[in-house]
Amino acid sequence: MTAVAEPSVSDLTAALAERLRATVGTERVLTDRTQTRTYECDGLANFKVTPAIVVLAESRQHVVDTVRLCSQARVPFVARGSGTGLSGGALPSSDGVLLVLSRLRSLGAVDADNRQVTVEPGVINLWVTRDAAPYDLAYAPDPSSQLVCSIGGNVAENAGGAHCLKYGFTVNHVLGAEVVLPDGEVVHLGGRAPEHPGYDLLGAFIGSEGTLGVATELTLRLIRVPEAVQTMLVGYRSVEDAAGTVSDIIGAGIVPAAVEMMDALAIEAAEAAVNCGYPAGAVAVLVIELDGPQVEVEAQFRQVEEIAQRRNAFEVRIAADDAERALMWKGRKSAFAAVGRISPSYYVQDGVIPRTKLPEVLAEMKRMADAKGLRVANVFHAGDGNLHPLVLFDDAVEGQAHEAEELAGAILELCITSGGSITGEHGVGQEKRMKMAKQFTPEDLDTMQLLRCAFDPDGIANPGKVFPTPRLCGERPGVRKGEHPVQAAGLGEVF
Amino acid sequence: MTAATEIRRAGGADDAVGGVVPQEVVRPATVDQVSEVLRAAAADGRTVVPVGGRSKLTWAAPPDSADLLLDLTGLDRIVEHVAGDLTVVAEAGVRLPDLQARLGEAGQLLGLDPPEDGATLGGVVSANASGPRRLRYGTTRDLLIGITVVLADGTVAHAGGKVVKNVAGYDLGKVFTGAHGTLGAVASTTWRLHPVPPARRVVTLELPDVAAAGPLSIALARSTLTPSAVELIGRADGAARLVVLFESIAESVDAQAGAAVALLGGGEESDDVPEGFGRRPGGVDDVLLRLAYAPAALASVVGALPAGTALAAHAATGVSYAALPADAAVEALPRLRAALAPHDGTAVLLRAPDDVRDRLDHWGPAGDSLDLMRRVKERFDPERQMSPGRFVGGL
Ligand SMILES: Cc1cc2nc3c(=O)[nH]c(=O)nc-3n(C[C@H](O)[C@H](O)[C@H](O)COP(=O)(O)OP(=O)(O)OC[C@H]3O[C@@H](n4cnc5c(N)ncnc54)[C@H](O)[C@@H]3O)c2cc1C
Repeated sequence: MTAVAEPSVSDLTAALAERLRATVGTERVLTDRTQTRTYECDGLANFKVTPAIVVLAESRQHVVDTVRLCSQARVPFVARGSGTGLSGGALPSSDGVLLVLSRLRSLGAVDADNRQVTVEPGVINLWVTRDAAPYDLAYAPDPSSQLVCSIGGNVAENAGGAHCLKYGFTVNHVLGAEVVLPDGEVVHLGGRAPEHPGYDLLGAFIGSEGTLGVATELTLRLIRVPEAVQTMLVGYRSVEDAAGTVSDIIGAGIVPAAVEMMDALAIEAAEAAVNCGYPAGAVAVLVIELDGPQVEVEAQFRQVEEIAQRRNAFEVRIAADDAERALMWKGRKSAFAAVGRISPSYYVQDGVIPRTKLPEVLAEMKRMADAKGLRVANVFHAGDGNLHPLVLFDDAVEGQAHEAEELAGAILELCITSGGSITGEHGVGQEKRMKMAKQFTPEDLDTMQLLRCAFDPDGIANPGKVFPTPRLCGERPGVRKGEHPVQAAGLGEVF
Repeated sequence: MTAATEIRRAGGADDAVGGVVPQEVVRPATVDQVSEVLRAAAADGRTVVPVGGRSKLTWAAPPDSADLLLDLTGLDRIVEHVAGDLTVVAEAGVRLPDLQARLGEAGQLLGLDPPEDGATLGGVVSANASGPRRLRYGTTRDLLIGITVVLADGTVAHAGGKVVKNVAGYDLGKVFTGAHGTLGAVASTTWRLHPVPPARRVVTLELPDVAAAGPLSIALARSTLTPSAVELIGRADGAARLVVLFESIAESVDAQAGAAVALLGGGEESDDVPEGFGRRPGGVDDVLLRLAYAPAALASVVGALPAGTALAAHAATGVSYAALPADAAVEALPRLRAALAPHDGTAVLLRAPDDVRDRLDHWGPAGDSLDLMRRVKERFDPERQMSPGRFVGGL
């Protein structure tokens, strides 16, 4: 037997790029670094990797071909939707393919009687609700990024939004998915019916962050637009009162459509950015929205107002119409970007705590920030305890970025020790994978990765994400070991 | 006597699962004991069938083998109910009615209402059982936020957590939901809860036939009314009754019931649901099926049922339970499956008289992801020790 020299990574990818060009078309395959650099990061810009190859898929067949060629060559691939992810989930592999899905953008006709619609993964979240509106239907998951993020990315992250408190998350609104598995096989998980015999692999796929395959089509559940919506903006002089209001609303048996909270720093930022006119001098504000049948909303809205008053609200503002409601939401939805107005740099964090721990966790977070001499602005989905602490820092100050990163990490650990989670909606991605070992035992993580091994035994779908250490899948039960990657890539002969 | 022997006894005819009598029944009381039992069984190469209240053992196919019956009713602790967070942690053997009673004291509920008597949480999860209120609250996949499972080799693993919103790691709870013990045993569950609605109002409409409910349930679903349940109860070839349940504050249920009567063009209002509401149709001599299909297909689905079928449909959701006369079932089931197919529909066997059961395909076709399911099974249970043969495709 003669040993063959291991081809370098660039030889492997060059050969793969050749094959890709021949299969999906030269114009859809980018390898020039000035072009591939465009895709070096997602919404979390502190991680950057330039992919070896970018494929701009325009059809399901392009996805199948690309994935199959990657599989044959054992080259990793990373799916990318709109690239707005905040955990580095779509961070490319330097020796792999970045598979861009944003050109798969067709929407099927709305099936009003079944309240569902089938769309391609590159479709923008808001387009679904736009198309459904003429039928008085809507797509419930509404991430703040809904103007730009893709349905495929939403499914991969199990995205949430302000109205998830009442309506649930992406996983509660996806009925079916067509998925290209990491070996190029196409399967249909779920469908148009509410149940199917077999394991709920659709449920497992949603939120798997691109590590189990690529979604090429999604069937979404639509909700009836409620008869009435009422929104109020409430100003408080203490965070405890705002948090207490949330507890009392829940305690009264009311399930609001949304309860969002912002603290003084976040309000200051939003004010500077979008001039939303929030109550002056507020230490915390709540945006509370109720929806449903008119009589129900009216009665419960009055009850919520009383609760807020009892909790020492100094201003309760009620939206008189859709324009006023939009303004109340504008401050909240622009909060992340707005923080740029009051700080040169910031980290957006995403952690969850049991709602009842809100006051103590916020107080502890403040102590931790003070100890480091840093500021933390808080914007969060208060109803379900999903915090978005924004850690402010200045790159220009030596060491501050590092301090901020440490603080952000410590906040996540605080979430875990409080009985919560390191992520409520942004995903683990690249950023938080080491923290997974703090939230889960090695047995938990190994068991989760059994799924990974079933879907992707070679570990080529978005490798290095979600888990702190990959699990070796071993031989595929019942399947002969595949050929050597070098051979598969057509680069070497085995003598 | 050690704890391990106290929890063991010989299996008898009463312990049979789908006609298969286990050699031994083990009833552990802790998660650690479950792990020990499974580890030992794996070492001895013995097959294991986990059970809870045994109210839905016929919902999956008979096992190829059942050396050990793993009775999980000893794991019966409600571990933690945090009313302020609307969450509860409860072990797999806790009976659903016991949990509801406990939650009720705090004005809360778990939004699952399958009617089977004696059901445990582990069984409800493993059989993915639901009832009329799935229209409002969804099913296990919408309510289960955390799970502890024990794999065939004794590994204890957790997924999810205690918070309602959480996307860290794969959601193993989903994969174990409806898996009928074929991937491992469910040991503990964590749920999101809802407040008990203070008032209820019911509208009951008598219909000349079941198909008439089709357009009505579509109209209800497309309206702004928010019923907790829309139930259709009747016979395939006879009269039927549509029951619309509203649960909310008094002002709301009164107004909505009135609006529903207007929308349906009739109906009687009352304060409570009629007798039989939420029950599965038919009796022990019938063949009970669960049908699932795109919801607007209700009228064509009921049109495909053989004469004499008793029906209880969660009309607005696309899930129905049909009790076919046993003598008609063998011939009718393949035809029914063919009629359901254009609506992405499926029919699963839930119960049949012994002599008929063996002539029916329990699960029907599983679609193009069956190979993937097989790979999942092979990873979780490579030696096929957990409830072998009970699941789709003989998994
Ligand atoms: C200002 C701002 C506000 C935000 N607000 C919210 C919010 O309120 N709620 C919330 O949940 N998130 C929010 N996000 C985060 C982000 O928008 C979501 O995670 C979104 O779902 C990502 O979609 P995307 O199309 O940009 O996906 P990308 O960033 O392109 O990809 C995200 C992940 O999905 C995978 N992926 C993409 N497409 C597919 C596919 N077709 N098949 C398989 N895997 C795929 C990628 O590999 C990656 O792991 C916000 C982000 C920003 C910048």
